[in-house]
Amino acid sequence: MNKYEIRVMLVTGCVMIIFLFALLYNAFSRKIDVPSCVPYSKIFEHPQLKKIDDTTYELYVVAQMWAFAPDEIDIPTGSTVDLFLTSKDVVHGFNIDSKAVNLMAVPGGVNTATIKFTEPGTYNIVCHEYCGAGHQNMLGKFVVKDE
Amino acid sequence: MKISSSLKRVILTEFILPLTLLIIGIYHGLMQVFYRAGVIHQASVMHLSYYQGLTLHGVINAIVLTTFFAVAFGHVTVTFYLKKEPPKLSYIVSLWLMVIGTLMDAYAMLTGKAQALYTFYAPLKDSPVFYVGTAILIIGSWTAFFGWLKIWFQWRREHPRTRMPLAILGTFVNFIIWVVCTLPAAYSTIVLLTPWSAGWVATVNVPLTRMLFWMFGHALVYFWLLPAYVMYYTILPKVAGSKLFSSNAGRLSFLLFLILSVPVGVHHQFSEPVFTPGTKFFMAILTYGVAVPSFMTAFNIAATLEYAGRKQGSKGWLGWMLHLPYLKSKNFLFGYLICGLILFIFGGLSGIVNASYSLNAVIHNTAWVPGHFHMTVAGPVFLSIIGMSIYLYAKLSGKDIKYKYFATVVPYIWMIGLVFFSHGMMAGGLMGEPRRTNLGMSYTNPESPLFNNHWVPTTTSTLIGGIIMTTAALLYFISFFATVFSKPVREQVLELPVSEDLHHEKPLPILMNMKPWLVVMFILILFAYIPALREVFKYSSSVKAKYDVESPVLIQDSVNVKNAGQVK
Ligand code: HEM
Ligand SMILES: [Cu+2]
Ligand SMILES: [Cu+2]
Repeated sequence: MNKYEIRVMLVTGCVMIIFLFALLYNAFSRKIDVPSCVPYSKIFEHPQLKKIDDTTYELYVVAQMWAFAPDEIDIPTGSTVDLFLTSKDVVHGFNIDSKAVNLMAVPGGVNTATIKFTEPGTYNIVCHEYCGAGHQNMLGKFVVKDE
Repeated sequence: MKISSSLKRVILTEFILPLTLLIIGIYHGLMQVFYRAGVIHQASVMHLSYYQGLTLHGVINAIVLTTFFAVAFGHVTVTFYLKKEPPKLSYIVSLWLMVIGTLMDAYAMLTGKAQALYTFYAPLKDSPVFYVGTAILIIGSWTAFFGWLKIWFQWRREHPRTRMPLAILGTFVNFIIWVVCTLPAAYSTIVLLTPWSAGWVATVNVPLTRMLFWMFGHALVYFWLLPAYVMYYTILPKVAGSKLFSSNAGRLSFLLFLILSVPVGVHHQFSEPVFTPGTKFFMAILTYGVAVPSFMTAFNIAATLEYAGRKQGSKGWLGWMLHLPYLKSKNFLFGYLICGLILFIFGGLSGIVNASYSLNAVIHNTAWVPGHFHMTVAGPVFLSIIGMSIYLYAKLSGKDIKYKYFATVVPYIWMIGLVFFSHGMMAGGLMGEPRRTNLGMSYTNPESPLFNNHWVPTTTSTLIGGIIMTTAALLYFISFFATVFSKPVREQVLELPVSEDLHHEKPLPILMNMKPWLVVMFILILFAYIPALREVFKYSSSVKAKYDVESPVLIQDSVNVKNAGQVK
């Protein structure tokens, strides 16, 4: 193989390694990571918002054809929400506007992520996985208000 | 070379049938951009709903067309390079199975018995006809491969000292990936989904079916792509008036695809429960690995094209780009290949974004994703398929290509349309515009409470692009079908442009022997998927769920009524 060819392979390899380290840096230092999971249990099929302390909430969201339960979640600015997401029927999506929290709601599995709301406003939750005839109407929202 | 009329008929059918179905596929592509841009605010048009149309679009364009073409092109490369025909039984049986499977799928989709899109995610239920039809289509494509293997081993005995031709290596790598990756899909459709859909079992493990689907699903995209790569390495240099810069590098990239195509499926599942971040990260690393053969190909082909330009007297660093045989109707194949390549640069770069683990959260399942993959599957893959189909059709049937100027400009028009299309989709996706959604009913309907005006300009750009692409497709259909209905005017031959190597390279032993690569492939698959499978069983549970797309009520069938008490 020609020397330029070998250089191209090395450069490609290095670029990919830099990207990988950027991902690791984000995961460990800035806590930007993919969602994680907990073992499935029926408990997660009961929608609820639990207040743990002044700024921390535990939220169980259940997706079903064609709405989220709860479909409107009111919380004060500055809260941290530990979200647990599952589905009662088919697969749904859960994408929060301008938050880069992007999850799948899969029946038989529980998805979890931690979300911090620092700015007041309304954040839509769009279902972005086809879930049947009413899929295009499946929208929920977070309403974040100053107290 | 001359080939038997039975093989010729089989190959011609494998071009005509999917390209006829493609009319339905393109029609629905066009409808989708109208719905999404908010021009149509309805659930359905002409009794086919948005989602039925999207199912047809995905299955016809991305499964039927690509599989038929891979088989037809495989028959061509194998017969042409080995100068031997595959056993008649294998190609006839293969064609019949693929036709039967396709008809079963078409029936299920057109009657609304299968409208869970081309990914058929449970627990939305499709009819067993669809699951079995898809499996039969796939088994048909395997049958063709088994026929090629037989003549390959004969050939090798007769030519013990000759290198495996590069085109054969590409074709075989592709079909090995295909057979391996379709096994999990076959297991999922036949063993898990068909009995569940038929009502013999009540429960299904959804995360398991999804994991099996994506073991298949990512390799599927390489199965689409590798025939195009075979053309880039063995045909493009010739039609560009050049010679291949390095065939050893070509071999190495095919072999890298072989080991890395399957064990990366979880990169489609970064947003899902059931896999730990560790498993997801591991597959992200392997996915980055697959970028290497693509960059190598980009370098190799660019060097090849540069040589062509310099031969024409180009000057400077980039002057060669202006000295290539664009828009020459005698050499129309070049346009299909080069436009595909240009699109693929952007398809590949956006693909790296998708593969980037946590960055994926910005675009997962948004319109960005179809924006990205129309620059791959509707870029190099599609253009090389339709360009090669009309080229080979004309040679094999001894006909002149009709409206050849149409056939010549098609790829350029398509590429321009795709720029608008993908720009709109990707920009919308970055603003959260969802994919797989009839936006016209809600998000782009000013009457709806869900109306979102940010997505109006993006879907409009997509609409403009879609209209331009459809125009290109129409010109192509005119040229192709006018050719099909014309009379033969010359001898019918099987012929491919054959590229030479630029340098004499020493054969590297490691590139000549596939066995070590196959071993590495299996080891990587085990490394990637044993932990993934254990996590599926640790974190998930089967559920009693089976739904029709029209209704949120659980489908009742005899098993789940009978067992109602026992199933948790
Ligand atoms: C006139 C040309 C085309 C147009 C206007 C078009 C348009 C579209 C649009 C708007 C979507 C996204 C729909 C949604 O997610 O709601 C889509 C999806 C798709 N298209 Fe195309 N397309 C065209 C050609 C093609 C071609 C040639 C191929 C492949 C060979 C292709 C393969 C796909 C696939 C696989 C999907 C994903 C389906 C799914 O999400 O289930 N398209 N197309
Ligand atoms: Cu949905
Ligand atoms: Cu993939």
